Amino acid sequence: MELQGEVLVVELRLDSETKMTEKPIIVTRHLSKIYKTESLETVALADVSIQINKGEFVAIMGPSGSGKSTLMHILGALDKPTQGEYILDGENVEKLSDDELADIRNRKIGFVFQAFNLLPRTTALKNVMLPMVYAGIPKEERLKIAQKYLTMVGLADRMNHTTNQISGGQQQRVAIARALCLNPAMILADEPTGNIASAQAEEIMDIFQKLNREGHTIVMITHEPDIAEHAQRIIHIKDGRIVLDSTSHKQRLINKK
Amino acid sequence: MIKKSIDYAEVLSEGIGTLTLNKTRTGLAILGIVIGIGSVIALVSLGQATQASISARIESLGSNLLTINPGAQNTGAVRGAAGSRTTLTLDDANAIANSPDITTINSVSPEFSRRTQIITGANNTNTQVVGVADTYTEVHKVAIDQGSFITQRDVAAINKVAVLGSQVVTDLFGAGANPIGQTIRISGKTFTIVGTTVSKGGTGFGNQDDIVYVPISTAQKELFGVNYLSSIALEAKSASVMTAAQDEVGYFLLTRHHLSDPTQADFSILSQQDILNTASATTSTFTSLLSGIAAISLLVGGIGIMNIMLVTVTERTREIGLRKALGAQKRNIIAQFLTESIILTFTGGIIGIFFGIAASYIISRLTSSGFVISPSSILLAFVVSAGIGILFGWYPAQRAANLQPIEALRYE
Repeated sequence: MELQGEVLVVELRLDSETKMTEKPIIVTRHLSKIYKTESLETVALADVSIQINKGEFVAIMGPSGSGKSTLMHILGALDKPTQGEYILDGENVEKLSDDELADIRNRKIGFVFQAFNLLPRTTALKNVMLPMVYAGIPKEERLKIAQKYLTMVGLADRMNHTTNQISGGQQQRVAIARALCLNPAMILADEPTGNIASAQAEEIMDIFQKLNREGHTIVMITHEPDIAEHAQRIIHIKDGRIVLDSTSHKQRLINKK
Repeated sequence: MIKKSIDYAEVLSEGIGTLTLNKTRTGLAILGIVIGIGSVIALVSLGQATQASISARIESLGSNLLTINPGAQNTGAVRGAAGSRTTLTLDDANAIANSPDITTINSVSPEFSRRTQIITGANNTNTQVVGVADTYTEVHKVAIDQGSFITQRDVAAINKVAVLGSQVVTDLFGAGANPIGQTIRISGKTFTIVGTTVSKGGTGFGNQDDIVYVPISTAQKELFGVNYLSSIALEAKSASVMTAAQDEVGYFLLTRHHLSDPTQADFSILSQQDILNTASATTSTFTSLLSGIAAISLLVGGIGIMNIMLVTVTERTREIGLRKALGAQKRNIIAQFLTESIILTFTGGIIGIFFGIAASYIISRLTSSGFVISPSSILLAFVVSAGIGILFGWYPAQRAANLQPIEALRYE
């Protein structure tokens, strides 16, 4: 078992290395974020330069207050860096207006949040269709795509359930379907297992690994080492700086197929 | 960046969905607009009904009517009340009627009136006694109910006959009684009742049913001992010659009274139109006043909508943040919140229109005035309610649209 696992890891690593030369999804150069109040300056991020390529499954790890949430906000085009450059899928994000950022988020990033962030009292279908409404996709097509992705995450029989009628794990799967519906350049998951039971957390990791095998790029923020180990590459961040960026761990694989 | 089209059908159905989640709050927000729009329609229609009924009452005094009143009495520097002079006489009236120079006048009605006590048997009443000629019915559009009116012969013979208004009949003989042939006493003189008039409606001061008509000659010589008139009413041939008639009669009387200058005139001529104009000016001021009050309640309703929308924006901060994270642009968020406030005010507007119509119907019933609904006030109410939705929804929608997605997502 273990041996097979190791072999797979090596293969995947080789795979990602070949892709690295092909297509970077995320490139940051000397990113820093400084929060200023009247009395003090807080450095949330300092000189972060990373590159994440198409098809990678990356975990960003760090204790609370390490700056990983700030990094996630910047990578998610939800916030702008104080200094440095951020190129997302070939587009420079730093000088865009609010509306242009909204458009970038809509087209290029699929968000999965810790608190699921589904619309309350709204059906799974409608939740998945929401980003497509903003993308201007016609109604019939929205419905078809939403059904396709809900079936993919195993919720074919829960499509018309409202969010308060399904479990946390199921809600997170709805959120994943929503993240996938516009075929984004990357999936950005912020503590995706933070609010759900560990058995269901495994299911979510299983889905991520399947998606990754299909070629999706996944960036996952977490503070739990055993969740992070489901990724191929782990970036450790502390006090706003990258302290370790390695692929040397043994990736935990849930389903080897 | 490509501007994406907004799916308005989706925005609308989402808005309705959101508003039906909290029915009590939605209902209360709508209520403000219902009351505002309803009161605008009800009060405007009340104003217009009043205007219409006042106009109708003035027109019922006689159409194309000109009234000559004596001027004010001047004794040295003291100017008396208008109409206190005794310069108008029966001869003036006859001269106007018979002059070949006056071509615009149909008929002339000399009148002398004074309030006095009249008695019959055990009953008595204080009423207006008017000395008239046979032309009175034509000039003032008075219709006879029973018997006949004062005739030319009655005037010539100074007969002691009287025609009673319907109110006087009720006061003296009871409602619906037939007093023809009975007698009444006016200033100690006995008069035989020869007719009654059809009710003209109207109440209070100047009630045209609370009148006793006697021949003008009898009034002047037998009752009050005067030789002048309190007024001369004229009927012009048509509404278009009113001004010409006013001038013609005016210059004729100036000549008759040996006055060279119109500023010295010892009489004044007032046309029906003058009275109507004054009355409509008054009632339209009244209508504007009512509309103003109603507009204030509409404004309060609009502020209510803004308040509800601001609360909604605060409550849904997380949702707004999520929508922005998922790609909603400012205009999407603005469209969403504006749609909600317009749905609120539009629904309120429609219900308010029905309430307003119902209320004006009830008011018209209670005040027995006409039931007037002007389409323009309904249209106005509609436009205003949608406008209020946009106006008072704009600020909360802007606030929602300008929320930063991270702040909004963090909001608890």
